[in-house]
Amino acid sequence: MSTQTEIEGSAEAAATTELTYRDAINVALDDAMAADDAVLLMGEDVTSDGGVFKTNTGLVEKYGTERVRNTPICENGFLGVALGMSLVGLRPVVEFMFADFLPSAGDVIVNQLPKYRYMSGGQTAVPVTVRSICGATGRFGTQHSATGESWFMHLPGLRVVTASSPGSAYSLLRAAIDDPNPTLFYEHKGLYGRKGPVTRGEIAALGQAAVLRAGSDVTIVATLLMVERVLAAAEQLAAEGIEAEVIDLRWLRPLDLPAIRGSVEKTGRLVVVEEQVHAAGWGATVISELTIGGIRWASAPRRLSLPDDLPIPYTPSLEDLVLPSVEGIVAAARASLGR
Amino acid sequence: MTHPAAGTDRRLDWYRAMVRIRLFEEKVQELFMTGQIQGTTHLCQGQEAVSVGAIAAMRKGDVQTNTYRGHGEALALGMEPETAFAELMGRSTGGSGGVGGSMHLIDFSKGNIGANAIVGAGLPIAVGAAMAFQMQRKPNVALSFFGDGATNIGTFHEALNMAALWKAPVVFIITNNLYGEYSPLRATTPLDDLARRADPFGMPGIIVDGQEIEAVHGATSEAVERARRGDGPSLLEMKTYRYRGHSRSDPAKYRPEGELERWKARDPIELLGRAIIADGLIEPSDPAAIRSEVQADIDAAAERAAAGPVPTLEETRPYVYAD
Repeated sequence: MSTQTEIEGSAEAAATTELTYRDAINVALDDAMAADDAVLLMGEDVTSDGGVFKTNTGLVEKYGTERVRNTPICENGFLGVALGMSLVGLRPVVEFMFADFLPSAGDVIVNQLPKYRYMSGGQTAVPVTVRSICGATGRFGTQHSATGESWFMHLPGLRVVTASSPGSAYSLLRAAIDDPNPTLFYEHKGLYGRKGPVTRGEIAALGQAAVLRAGSDVTIVATLLMVERVLAAAEQLAAEGIEAEVIDLRWLRPLDLPAIRGSVEKTGRLVVVEEQVHAAGWGATVISELTIGGIRWASAPRRLSLPDDLPIPYTPSLEDLVLPSVEGIVAAARASLGR
Repeated sequence: MTHPAAGTDRRLDWYRAMVRIRLFEEKVQELFMTGQIQGTTHLCQGQEAVSVGAIAAMRKGDVQTNTYRGHGEALALGMEPETAFAELMGRSTGGSGGVGGSMHLIDFSKGNIGANAIVGAGLPIAVGAAMAFQMQRKPNVALSFFGDGATNIGTFHEALNMAALWKAPVVFIITNNLYGEYSPLRATTPLDDLARRADPFGMPGIIVDGQEIEAVHGATSEAVERARRGDGPSLLEMKTYRYRGHSRSDPAKYRPEGELERWKARDPIELLGRAIIADGLIEPSDPAAIRSEVQADIDAAAERAAAGPVPTLEETRPYVYAD
């Protein structure tokens, strides 16, 4: 396990460039495949014109149809194939076109990937990365819009990581592929067009959250698309004289509780902002762990999340309505300060 | 048992290997009665020719996946009975450090890359290993052992589809023992000959007498060589029988009267014993001598295994994540 962010290769390779989130994923795949012949990409339609979300542009031309392999539509089957590949020396990256399809591979995600090393008494590593394309705002309807980010948090043996920006998409995907353990990597399809700095060759540290903005009044924790909304809310709050500390959680397993605890010990206030229902998710776990750990709350922790009693609707105006908004985050932060 | 050079008569090795599996499992039953093995276990008695005959077709570098009824394959691949007993007794000297138990006798160093407690889960894993060999241009193959019940689960069809599509060097082996857990085949499956399930995928589907080890070995060798040549996968249906119930807790009262006796009349160990006596490979008195010799080994192995240490939780933590 690395303890800090590492930059591989030459200084040239470490140059920072402005890329879209989509292209950051593309170059992370390209760099990982160039660095190690054992890395391959597989999934449904991954070779078709750059893949359904155009994250794979140019890869099949560069690496061929064996290392960029189209699969039939059979998630449980092809994820099992990836597991088998990983047992004899390959490092497959498996694209799931929608996170909503992860449960179709439920057995492999729940019973195989995380337990395979354990039940063999540590005889093997399982270097499989699952790229899970997730999230709402696309008007994709109720079966194509989940983040699913907390569905598989309960599994010792698995790692779970989420990317909120081009830079973190690159460095976290590289970290996921480098890791000898099975890792669910969540990328948000609402972020593909966002631009930001990307440092080629950067491999993110395992299990470390990122403090994106320092503040002393209230801690706000988010993942994926919600991170940019929290940053926008923090700007508005600053204009009112409220300094929010913004944490991009990144890893859900291992969960960086020390980072959050350190922040809340300073602010005494917490808002979790989730693109998922609250029950049994990372937000509930964070609040529970901090409370059990004896944190001194200055005011009750707050949460913004999807409704507990509604699937995500197609209806464009309603889809917008069920997601946490910048205004909602601002209001929750104010309320935590009694304003 | 190792894999001696082709061309020599391997039947005596096979005979001993089958007797070893049979007596290992007899001992497992006994150790259950005394509480030294707990939980559950799924015995393969009656099916020994499938494990030993098919695995004898493997070469160095080949791999296989099997199931919760995997004692036969594990031992046929060369796991020491002591290591297997230690695993079943939850000792750190077991193959999986004692945390796997009866359903997970795994030994990567012997090509045993999986013993799975989820029906059908081993098939895609074997296809994946086979595809890795294909990509790495290695001349190796993967075998996947599973039961008749597994031919009804999605992963069977998904794995055969992908294997056929990609010409994966894999051999699928149905150990058709006529029962999926507590249910007879025809109560869950609309056909008798499961080899026909190869037809939609355009691969050979071969019915094999699973009691005749030479038939098992011959059919598997042919399928393995076909896969090794790059001609793709095969589905082999080994017709055999499970002498015991599904698991520890199943007395198998659902079996029609006389069925067990009819199958025991074609016991795979007896059949091979008679053949090698007829061919002069052993004397008529040898089977009893071999049995008592193997029995002594098994008893000693169980005793040594029982003396092994029980792991602490801390010792098992490195099994969760690799560094």
